[in-house]
Amino acid sequence: MPQAEFDADEPRWSQSDEAPAPGRRLAVAAALRAVLPADCVLSGDNELRPYECDGLSVFRQQPMLVALPRTEAELRAVLVECRRLGVPVVARGAGTGLSGGAMPHACGVVLSLARFDRILEINAPARIARVQPGVRNLAVSEAAAAYGLFYAPDPSSQIACSIGGNVAENSGGVHCLKYGLTLHNVLGLRGCTIDGEPIELGGGALDAPGLDLLALCIGSEGLLLIVTEVILRLVPKPELAQVVMASFDDVGKAGEAVAAIIAAGIIPSGLEMMDRKAAAAVEPFVNAGYDLSAAAILLAESDGTPEEVNEEVGAMERVLQAAGATAISVSRSEAERLRFWSGRKNAFPAAGRISPDYYCMDGTIPRKNLGQMLKAIEQMEHKYGLQCMNVFHAGDGNLHPLILFDANRTGEWERADRFGADILELCVQLGGTITGEHGVGVEKLNSMCVQFSPAERAAFFAVKRAFDPPGLLNPGKAIPTLARCAEYGRMHVRHGRLAHPDLPRF
Amino acid sequence: MDRMDSALQDLRRRVIDANAAKTPLRLRGAGTKDFYGERCDGALLDMRGYCGVVDYEPSELVITARCGTSLSDIESLLARNRQFLAFEPPAFAPDPTIGGIIACGLSGPRRSQAGAARDFVLGAVLLCADGELLHFGGKVIKNVAGFDVSRLLCGSLGILGAITEVSLKVLPLPRTEQTLQFEMPAAQALESFNRWAGLPLPISASGWWNGQARVRLSGAPSALRAARTRLGGELLDAALADPWWRSLRDQTHTFFRDTDTLWRLSLPSSAPPVAGAGTQLIEWGGALRWCASDLPAAQLRALATAAGGTALHWRGGAPGQRFHPLAPSVLAIHRRLKARFDPHRIFNPGRLIADL
Repeated sequence: MPQAEFDADEPRWSQSDEAPAPGRRLAVAAALRAVLPADCVLSGDNELRPYECDGLSVFRQQPMLVALPRTEAELRAVLVECRRLGVPVVARGAGTGLSGGAMPHACGVVLSLARFDRILEINAPARIARVQPGVRNLAVSEAAAAYGLFYAPDPSSQIACSIGGNVAENSGGVHCLKYGLTLHNVLGLRGCTIDGEPIELGGGALDAPGLDLLALCIGSEGLLLIVTEVILRLVPKPELAQVVMASFDDVGKAGEAVAAIIAAGIIPSGLEMMDRKAAAAVEPFVNAGYDLSAAAILLAESDGTPEEVNEEVGAMERVLQAAGATAISVSRSEAERLRFWSGRKNAFPAAGRISPDYYCMDGTIPRKNLGQMLKAIEQMEHKYGLQCMNVFHAGDGNLHPLILFDANRTGEWERADRFGADILELCVQLGGTITGEHGVGVEKLNSMCVQFSPAERAAFFAVKRAFDPPGLLNPGKAIPTLARCAEYGRMHVRHGRLAHPDLPRF
Repeated sequence: MDRMDSALQDLRRRVIDANAAKTPLRLRGAGTKDFYGERCDGALLDMRGYCGVVDYEPSELVITARCGTSLSDIESLLARNRQFLAFEPPAFAPDPTIGGIIACGLSGPRRSQAGAARDFVLGAVLLCADGELLHFGGKVIKNVAGFDVSRLLCGSLGILGAITEVSLKVLPLPRTEQTLQFEMPAAQALESFNRWAGLPLPISASGWWNGQARVRLSGAPSALRAARTRLGGELLDAALADPWWRSLRDQTHTFFRDTDTLWRLSLPSSAPPVAGAGTQLIEWGGALRWCASDLPAAQLRALATAAGGTALHWRGGAPGQRFHPLAPSVLAIHRRLKARFDPHRIFNPGRLIADL
């Protein structure tokens, strides 16, 4: 029976914080140094420290070693040695990820792609860019700007995050309602399997024969293969973009306004929402001119030809008015447009400014449940005694509640962690998902138990085994084992259907 | 138990029995794409009984339907709410099912601008060989929890299991559409399509046949006016234009009807015209080249490979060799996926790859 087949795929690797056996580090380092230039292997404690965590710094682990290959041949050599010696391999881009996806394995090698940092080709007539995975997201758009083109996915970390990391996480950004996620903007990948075998998925054409392994690998969090080259789709830069900013005296009304814009047949290029706490946190920081008396602020962007933008902005103003906006302003210049956006883009740093620590969540829910979710979060603030400010990619229902806490105070991180897990569980109950764009990593392993049944998780392990038979690529991430879910002990929620929908949950 | 529950239980029972007996099943919706892919033998498993829209809220931009729901039902429901399936799924005959559409993963003229079928798949329910129903993805636009198995199923031709339900992203209908026509040879059309696609113009489809290039514009009336001024060309009457695009989508165009052997070349859009590959029709801004050619398969495949793409023997050709061959490393993963999802090869054996 397939279930039995699937069960056989449950990984058997050790816990990721179990230290390597004595002498193991030296032995593996020697094996890697035999096939790599000396400066490509880091093994000293001081050298390893910067790799202890990614953007989610509450999860830390010193790796056994770090490898920094420069060429595909060197990268293949790392994989071949790790495979031969049974060493886990954790790929790492810029280390800006927010789910601990690049957190090292204590007995593993961190494979940094930082030196794969070249844009190999911008083919303007074909509107594609061929880049190495270590290239920064924003660098692609900068290189394409000369041809009137840009790379659409723009996660808020785009000045620092790498394309390889974007592929691993299927990153979004503020413009994905109209322009799609990384998945929709990658035409092809070149990579290596755990055996060190080169593999190409997709390419310069729009489709490829066989199963869509390209789609499967995007967002696979480094569990399936190591990417060495990415073919990106570039799109024409719109002639004009304008933002409409609207204030609402009630978050529910703002949520309804979002639905009303979509119902009017408009797909804004960006549709974002901030609650009062978020606006108040960012305003002193960026002076964006936000209405601090509003319960919620909506930012709706239109881009395209001047004619289109003019029409669409007018239509959005009318919809927002009808939805009960208390104030509406439209950006009159590019500088003003960027100023309106600056607060939204700086929400995370602003959270860091008003609180010693913050924990950024990343659930998605059907838009219609936004108001209900916000009310629930408010109750959770009381329950856990912690503040939470909310920013949303409202157009696609993707929430980023920022839970404020102080890690130096005993018990606060644990409370923040449980607060976050409650939010994610509610996302699943409301018909959504535990991660919209940040990935599962190590952070949301427990929440995966809530969203997926044992058979579904077994199928994920089957996929993993099909790509990575020895199970060495980023082990222990993204998919929780049966044992872990049993230990977590929370119920699997059947896709938006609660067993007792009438019971109060918070 | 309601009718749909029992239809689903029937499907499950058929699958469980087939798996126990290790006898193959041939999954089928309306059968409008029976010609597509390799031949596969097995007891017919008609998916049409499990049908109906499960969930649709226009403001969420998502529709969820059971596999047997017909395209015409979905299209008319969406049209009543001024929305549509933007990948323009082909209907080679009346009336394909949504399950078949996603299992085949084919897209129509809007593909180069709006995206392919897989780009609109948000979630799917898979009936596995052991009769389990697995939910992948969901009903929201952004979702990175777990591997993207629902998109893997799109275009899988049923070899991993039976898709019983899909959730798809839908979009608002464009407010206006107009088609412009240009007299030009293929090379000039390809150069123009690629140049125009690099400009911020509301182009939603492009095609070339027999010395004529056609470009469809979609969007706000004012944007279309501005684009027409910029592009020139001759405005084609909507009464001619709409059926023409549909004839490409559904392959009722003369070009498709008049040929026994047909190749589908998927190439980088900027690849020059493929010389020596017979009469050609171009879609997707140059990324799709249909060739009515009698060239030996090996030669045609070599031409496609040299141009940076692949060739599919759409009509005619030797059994077992319709699809472009896969690289060994990619084929190995296909084998392992099939072995894990369908160890007794009960689902559409051989339909995608001869011995899988």
